[in-house]
Amino acid sequence: MLVIGQRKPMYSVLLLIASFGALSGLYVLLGSPFVAVISDHHLRGRQSWCSSSSSSCSSTCRPRRRHRRQARLIGGAGPRRFGAVLSVLLAIQLFWAFRAMTAQPMPGADGPPATTVREIGVRLFTAHAFAFEATSVLILVAMVGAIILARKEPRQ
Amino acid sequence: MSSCGGNLITILLSVEVMLNAVNLTFVAVDRFRDLVDGQIIVFFVMTVAAAEAAVGLPS
Repeated sequence: MLVIGQRKPMYSVLLLIASFGALSGLYVLLGSPFVAVISDHHLRGRQSWCSSSSSSCSSTCRPRRRHRRQARLIGGAGPRRFGAVLSVLLAIQLFWAFRAMTAQPMPGADGPPATTVREIGVRLFTAHAFAFEATSVLILVAMVGAIILARKEPRQ
Repeated sequence: MSSCGGNLITILLSVEVMLNAVNLTFVAVDRFRDLVDGQIIVFFVMTVAAAEAAVGLPS
């Protein structure tokens, strides 16, 4: 309630960071330290969010222009068509995935194929732990790069 | 609630809070039933939340 009840977004983000910290502690107490570590990484991301949103906090002075820009960005005909195409693609992929789920075993696995979420998770965190961590670092770097590339240049 | 006023950051924060609540439920149920499935799902949820923040942040 405190997070969404603040008038200034900066305070909301700070309270969200505090709630993330509390959640990490709860995860540790519940016996899932891996989730706590991921949540902690998430917290780091929110801290960068906080620093970048501090610049957008000044947008409260000119909310109308910002609102118009967002409406143009989200509600235009082009993005809607693009979203519709993506939705159709997602539906096709989901249909294909659900059909193929029981038809074939997972390739490349030594031993019996992993068919449940539990088996996939255990295999992911034991046999393929290094590849998993390397991929997570790669995705993190890609996300940071995307944020930096999408950032607006400050006016001189 | 009226102070939200369509602010995009507040909307994203609210979504984050809801996702956190669901994640906590997943982990608690996992602990109760002695499983790990929920932790995997929490991992995917966090990935999606991070991607959502990355997409929503620049706009």
